[in-house]
Amino acid sequence: MIRVSKSAIIGLALLIALPFVIRFFFGGSERYYLHLLIQIFIWAFIYTGWSIMGRFGLTSFGHGAFTGIGAYGCVLLWNYVGLTPWLGIPIAVVVAVVVALLVGYPCFHLRITGHYFALLTLALTEFVRLCIVGLRDYTGGSLGTQPKRYGDGLSLYAMQFETDRVVSFYIALALWLAGLAIWMWVDRSMDRYALEAASQDEEAAASVGIDVTREKLKVTAISAAMCAFGGAIYGQYQMYIGPDTIAGLGVSLNIVFAVIAGGLWVMLGPTVGAVFTQVLSEVLRVTIQSTAGLQSVFGSSVLALDTLIYGLLLVLFIIYMPKGILGTILERREKKYASSTATPVRAT
Amino acid sequence: MQCELDIFFLEAVLNGVLLAGLLALLALGLNLIFGVVDVVWICYAELVMIGMYGINYAYKAGAPFLAAALFGILLVALAGVVLHQLVIRPVLDSAPINQLLVTGGVLFVLQAAATVVFGIDFKTLGIRLGSLNIYDMSFSYSRIITFGVASAAMLLLWLFLSRSYVGIAIRAIAQDRQIMPLMGVDHRRIYIVTSAIGGGLAGLAAVLMVLQYDIYPQIGLQFGPLIFMICVLGGLGSMIGGFIAAFLISEFIAIGGSCFATEWGYAIAFLFFMIVMFVRPQGLFGGKA
Repeated sequence: MIRVSKSAIIGLALLIALPFVIRFFFGGSERYYLHLLIQIFIWAFIYTGWSIMGRFGLTSFGHGAFTGIGAYGCVLLWNYVGLTPWLGIPIAVVVAVVVALLVGYPCFHLRITGHYFALLTLALTEFVRLCIVGLRDYTGGSLGTQPKRYGDGLSLYAMQFETDRVVSFYIALALWLAGLAIWMWVDRSMDRYALEAASQDEEAAASVGIDVTREKLKVTAISAAMCAFGGAIYGQYQMYIGPDTIAGLGVSLNIVFAVIAGGLWVMLGPTVGAVFTQVLSEVLRVTIQSTAGLQSVFGSSVLALDTLIYGLLLVLFIIYMPKGILGTILERREKKYASSTATPVRAT
Repeated sequence: MQCELDIFFLEAVLNGVLLAGLLALLALGLNLIFGVVDVVWICYAELVMIGMYGINYAYKAGAPFLAAALFGILLVALAGVVLHQLVIRPVLDSAPINQLLVTGGVLFVLQAAATVVFGIDFKTLGIRLGSLNIYDMSFSYSRIITFGVASAAMLLLWLFLSRSYVGIAIRAIAQDRQIMPLMGVDHRRIYIVTSAIGGGLAGLAAVLMVLQYDIYPQIGLQFGPLIFMICVLGGLGSMIGGFIAAFLISEFIAIGGSCFATEWGYAIAFLFFMIVMFVRPQGLFGGKA
C-alpha cells in the first residue's frame, strides 16, 4: 500500500489549483508561467525515470537516446504513416526498451560497470543522434522536425494539446505523478533490495541467489520506457523536436546533472533537480537578456552566459554537495532530529 | 553511394590513416591521465578548443606560427594543471560517477565561456598548405604534417615514459597507486606533471587541428565522444591499444564517409565500438579490471 501523508494531499491540492492561482495573480503572463511549470513536470518525469536505474550505480549516459527514440518514433509514425500517437507512442516506447535491453544485456552479463558502462552508453546516445541526423530526408536532420498539426492543434486523436496550456498543465502533472508512483513501486519492491545489494557487491549478491543481470535489466527497461514516454510527450507538447533538444549527449548530460543536483537517492530529488535547473536557466536567461549593459559588451554571445553560470554551479554542486539539494536538506533535518531526541543506544 | 575498390577507395583508406594520427594523439593524452590519475576528463576536447583559440589569437596578434603553436601548447598544459588542482583534486576520493560528471560540468563551462568571450562565428587562421597529388588522389599537406608530428610526439612520449626518472615514476603510479607513495614517490607531484603532459598533448593536437579545421566553441563535441570511444575500445589506460583503436575507428569513418555520408561513417564506428565492447568488455588491449 502506498501511504499518503497529509502534507502530500495538501501539496497535490495546491498543484491542482495552481493554474487558477496563476490566472488570478499573473493573468497577463499566464501562458509563460504555465509553460515553465509544464517543462518542469515533463523533465521531472524523465529525470525520475533516469534515477530509477541511476540510484543503483548504473550511471547511464544513454538516456538521451531513449528520449530521442520516443520523440522521433512517435512523430515520424504520425507524419509518414498517419498512425495516431495513441499507438505511435507505445511502439516508440517498445523500440526504446528493446534497444535498452539489447545494449543492457551484454553490459550486465559481462559485468561492465563504472567508467566503461558510462562511456558505452554515451556511444549509444551518439549512435542514435547520428542516425537521426543521417536520416535527414525523414527527420529533418540537425534542423529538427514538427509533428503535422491536426485541425486547430487541440485533438485527442492526434494527442495534440499545445494550444491549451491549462490542459497541457494537467497532462504534465499527471505524467509527473505517474513517475513518482513508479518510483515508489520500485522502491517498495523486492527488486530494490536485490539491486541495492548488487550495487554494493555484485559477486556477493549473486552468491546469495540474486539474478543480478535480470534485476538490472528490469530497472533498465522501466527507466528506458519512462524516458522514451517522456520524450514523446515533450515532442507532442513542444510541437518541435530536434536532435539536440531531445536526443544526444547534451540531453543525457542534462538528465544526469539535474538528478545529481537535486538528489539521486530520494524520491523528490529528480523533481527538485528539474525545478532547480529549469528555474535557474530561465532566471539567468531573462536577467541576462534584459540587462542592456551586458549585451553591449558581449553582443549576441551573451546568450551563452547562462550556460556558463549553470555549468559553474553544477561543478560546485558535485564537489561540495554530492548528495544533491534535497538529499543534503533531508540529511541535515535528520541529524537535527536525531540530536534533539538523542537516544543513548544507537542501533546500527 | 559508390563503393567500388577503385582509386577513390584507396584515397579514403589513406586519408583514414592520416586522420588516425590525430585521433591517436588525442586518445594518448586522455589515456595517460586515466592511467595515472584514474579520472576521465570528459572535457578533454574542450581543452583542445581553448588551445585552438589561443593559437588563433596569438597568430593574429602577429606572432610567427611556431611561437603561436608553442604558446598554445603551454596554455593548454597550464589549463590541465589548473583543471587538476581546482576540479579533480577535490573529487579524487569521490564516486567515479561524480568524477565523470564534474569534468562534464567543466565541458559546459568551457564551451559557454568560449561562446561568451570569442563569439559563435567560425574562425580560421587562413593558412593554406595545398595538397599532394598522386595519380588521381589528393592528400592535403596539413593532414600529412599532422600525421608526422603526431607520430613523432607519441614516440617522444614513449621514450620519456620508458627512459626518464619522472616517466618511470609515472608508470609506477599507474601500476599501483597505494605502494608508490610509500616508496618515496610524491604522487601529488606526479599527478600535476601528468596533467601538464596530458594538457600539453591536447595543446599539440590543437596546433595540428588549427591547420585543418575552423575554430568554433562546439568543435569539442565533434571530437570528444570519438576520443572516449577510442580510449575505451583500446582499453582505458592502454596506450598501444588506443593507437590501434584510433586506426580502426578512423578507417570506419573514412570509408563509411566516402561510401555513404559522413554521419553514417561515424554511426557505423559507434556501432562497431558497442559490438566490440560486448565481445571484449575490457577493450582490445585492456588488462582485466
